[in-house]
Amino acid sequence: MKLDSKIPEGPLSEKWTRYKSSQKLVNPANKRKLDIIVVGTGLAGASAAASLGALGFHVDIFCIQDSPRRAHSIAAQGGINAAKNYQNDGDSVERLFKDTIKGGDYRAREANVYRLAEVSGNIIDQCVAQGVPFARDYSGLLDNRSFGGAQVSRTFYARGQTGQQLLLGAYGALSREIARGTVTLHERCEMMDLVVIDGRARGIIVRNLVSGELERYAAHAVVLCSGGYGNVYYLSTNAMNSNGSAAWVCHRRGAAFANPCYVQIHPTCIPVHGDYQSKLTLMSESLRNDGRIWVPKKKEDSEAIRRGEKGPNDIAEEDRDYYLERRYPAFGNLVPRDVASRAAKERCDAGYGVGSTGLAVYLDFADAIRRLGRDVVEQKYGNLFQMYQKITDQDPYQVPMMIYPAIHYTMGGLWVDYELQTTIPGLFAAGEANFSDHGANRLGASALMQGLADGYFVLPYTLQNYLADQIYVGKIKPEGPEFDEAEASVRARLDSLIAIGRNSQDPHSNHSVDHYHKALGKVMWEYCGMARSKESLGIAEKKVAELEEDFYQHVYIPGKPLEMNPELEKAYRLADYFELARLIIADATQREESCGGHFRVEHQTEDGETLRDDQNFMFVAAWEYQGHDKPELMHKEELNYEYIQIVKRNYK
Amino acid sequence: MHFTLHIWRQENARAKGHFETYEIDNISDECSFLEMLDQLNEKLINDHIAHPVCFDNDCREGICGMCGLYINGRPHGNDDGVTTCQLHMRHFHDGDEIWIEPWRAKAFPVIKDLVVDRTAFDKIIQAGGYISATTGGVPDANNILVPKHKADQAMDAAACIGCGACVAACKNASAMLFVGAKVSHLALLPQGRPEAADRVHKMVCKMDELGFGSCTNTYACEAECPKQIKRQNIARLNRQWIGQLFGRDRNN
Ligand SMILES: Cc1cc2nc3c(=O)[nH]c(=O)nc-3n(C[C@H](O)[C@H](O)[C@H](O)COP(=O)(O)OP(=O)(O)OC[C@H]3O[C@@H](n4cnc5c(N)ncnc54)[C@H](O)[C@@H]3O)c2cc1C
Ligand code: SF4
Ligand code: FES
Repeated sequence: MKLDSKIPEGPLSEKWTRYKSSQKLVNPANKRKLDIIVVGTGLAGASAAASLGALGFHVDIFCIQDSPRRAHSIAAQGGINAAKNYQNDGDSVERLFKDTIKGGDYRAREANVYRLAEVSGNIIDQCVAQGVPFARDYSGLLDNRSFGGAQVSRTFYARGQTGQQLLLGAYGALSREIARGTVTLHERCEMMDLVVIDGRARGIIVRNLVSGELERYAAHAVVLCSGGYGNVYYLSTNAMNSNGSAAWVCHRRGAAFANPCYVQIHPTCIPVHGDYQSKLTLMSESLRNDGRIWVPKKKEDSEAIRRGEKGPNDIAEEDRDYYLERRYPAFGNLVPRDVASRAAKERCDAGYGVGSTGLAVYLDFADAIRRLGRDVVEQKYGNLFQMYQKITDQDPYQVPMMIYPAIHYTMGGLWVDYELQTTIPGLFAAGEANFSDHGANRLGASALMQGLADGYFVLPYTLQNYLADQIYVGKIKPEGPEFDEAEASVRARLDSLIAIGRNSQDPHSNHSVDHYHKALGKVMWEYCGMARSKESLGIAEKKVAELEEDFYQHVYIPGKPLEMNPELEKAYRLADYFELARLIIADATQREESCGGHFRVEHQTEDGETLRDDQNFMFVAAWEYQGHDKPELMHKEELNYEYIQIVKRNYK
Repeated sequence: MHFTLHIWRQENARAKGHFETYEIDNISDECSFLEMLDQLNEKLINDHIAHPVCFDNDCREGICGMCGLYINGRPHGNDDGVTTCQLHMRHFHDGDEIWIEPWRAKAFPVIKDLVVDRTAFDKIIQAGGYISATTGGVPDANNILVPKHKADQAMDAAACIGCGACVAACKNASAMLFVGAKVSHLALLPQGRPEAADRVHKMVCKMDELGFGSCTNTYACEAECPKQIKRQNIARLNRQWIGQLFGRDRNN
């Protein structure tokens, strides 16, 4: 496998312009003869399909939910970054680029990140033109807020529902193309396999989630916008249907998977409370603009709180430890996510945690309410406060919120080059599904930016460059041995999963899919989560293997393949998660350094910060699938920093 | 806590449905309604009692609009301003009987058990519920000024999650609150004005065509909407509708 990042020649700030002026184009009459498949209707997929449809290509778009508007992007709360410098506070493309590279702990590719910063402004223009109701100030101009890892205010937002509003904008644009007939929508349809013909991606096999039937679709190119794989940990902030399988089946068909061990843990989520819990709820990072994070200074106080004898308001000001402000005076409560998450874990592990489990810290708005008044706080965060209250039955205007870190986002994903093309020609990946722009840690409000940059402003160019030659191959039909083989293999996979629980001798040794998923999540969180060591990763490897073996002997899936069957859906996604979990562990074991979200306890500074090893690990790990039972093969893409000066990441 | 659940079971769109009764025990009051159903399903699977109950859900935090159950005669249950996934068992009493049904509306046929087909909402949006801004070639964002109170009102309307509770709550299965919310969101913004008259015409015609009923001003929709979308949006829609009949673009 050859990894060619295809970074254009020339100075960093001219690469994208040069690329666009020399790329190949498809003439308007030919565009409608070219078919494109887009998997996913989140920000990346919806924006890509709408833009490609508007150009005149024919697009088939697929999603798991009953409507494109329900893709997981809808849940993003806090905001979207863009280097507009509307606040005149010193922002620029250059600065956004540098912040993103530094935030990613120097593990992202310079050229891609620069392009992201370069097109960020266009995204805001586009969204406003679509009618996205961003927050405004009294003059009618756009308002901004700050997010972690930045010292400027460059985050645009629509209350606490930014993802919803951006997605509804893209969904509107998509709906328009559906009405015009350039885009065909297939809702409740799940991609099950990729069809590769003569080395090129030429189609997909999907399962109709209503009837259970398998269907075939052919195209000149396939674009994967299927989101991230955070749910491998079972409990995460991701939606229930978020999954890694679409990317994983492409990986099985030859697409390299990059940096799987880079997983983001978000510092401000509502803590775990019971065994039946199905997901964790995020409290937006924007809350750290005004909320202050603390735990008691005295262990006795923490213990009393855990026993329910004291409440947060009983702890005097001088007995509170605002540990982020103490440790990181320059960034305070706005340090990047990985730093804030580890600091919370450190305090709780040391015995200062609060809540009944001791696995929580306070996020306190008393100061902000005093300073700004309750009304202003309510205007800014009202819906988040309401959400918190509905879940916990506590009033955050009166009592500090309790929060704890949780799995949130995956920086790793399908390896792509500068054109967002994977190692399979004709297969592109965008949004959270690729590994491209965030290195080892993503800054807040940058995923929405990346998804829309990829879809609105990058793919419409780079995909054309690929498609320009494809006009000569004529219409691709969903037939031939490759389609037959792919469909048969999906059918066999489903049949064999359903057969497992029914073959077993003793039905009482059977378990549901969720039983296994919960167990997998616990192992991954415990041994391959916020802190990892050679030893813990060894345990994880062993435990995952045992669980996987048990799963293939005792999972029980009721019902049939040919009907609406959510248990079967969960089962095939979990089967892929087992393979993916093994790869995450292998990648984490291989990476003998700490960087961004990947913290190896063997590699830390004296005061507990990450310790990178640039000499040996300044590379992207791109893994090649070798078969279900074989360890994967790692390839390296060395990262060359020509423009950025590499320094220790310091937020003090 | 212990509950007696009466749940609508229906094998597929063509089959006849019926209520089935299940008992469930050991439910924590901190758990959400859907987590209670998860536990029921776990029990149905483990004890081979029946196939698990199908219900739509995704984000489980009140924003995707995918969940939606008719609980004891109310869409999204007995708490105000929440979706089904945000409803917690602390709003019930130990020993309660709970009746759980899908949305009932001609335009939302049942697919299986508690899952309904809401693609009619997508079709209404496709008819014109957007601003035609093709990618690229748009002005700088701050060239379009929007007075803050208008932006806030637009945002209030845009908060609709497309769940369909308004339709389920309405005795005529009218979609006026949903359509009114989208029409208002776009008409309140200067970017949305040029197409406003055309938009309202196309969306309302599509709504009628898809079999949604008409609005008789009872406002059960407003009472049950989890996002508290206001009836004023219906009034605004009506003004827009009348405006376009007379060839005028009425913007508020
Ligand atoms: C609670 C929360 C809050 C967040 N807040 C922010 C924020 O404030 N700012 C920010 O920048 N980022 C935020 N993020 C991150 C950001 O929302 C996501 O990274 C981003 O929206 C992902 O977009 P996407 O288009 O790549 O994928 P998604 O939105 O996840 O969409 C995936 C799509 O793929 C489809 N799909 C998946 N598999 C298949 C398959 N096999 N077949 C067919 N279709 C499939 C799904 O149906 C869906 O349509 C947040 C994330 C969470 C969880
Ligand atoms: S108006 Fe309210 S009830 Fe109706 S679809 Fe929108 S959010 Fe749901
Ligand atoms: S599951 Fe998303 S709103 Fe309830």
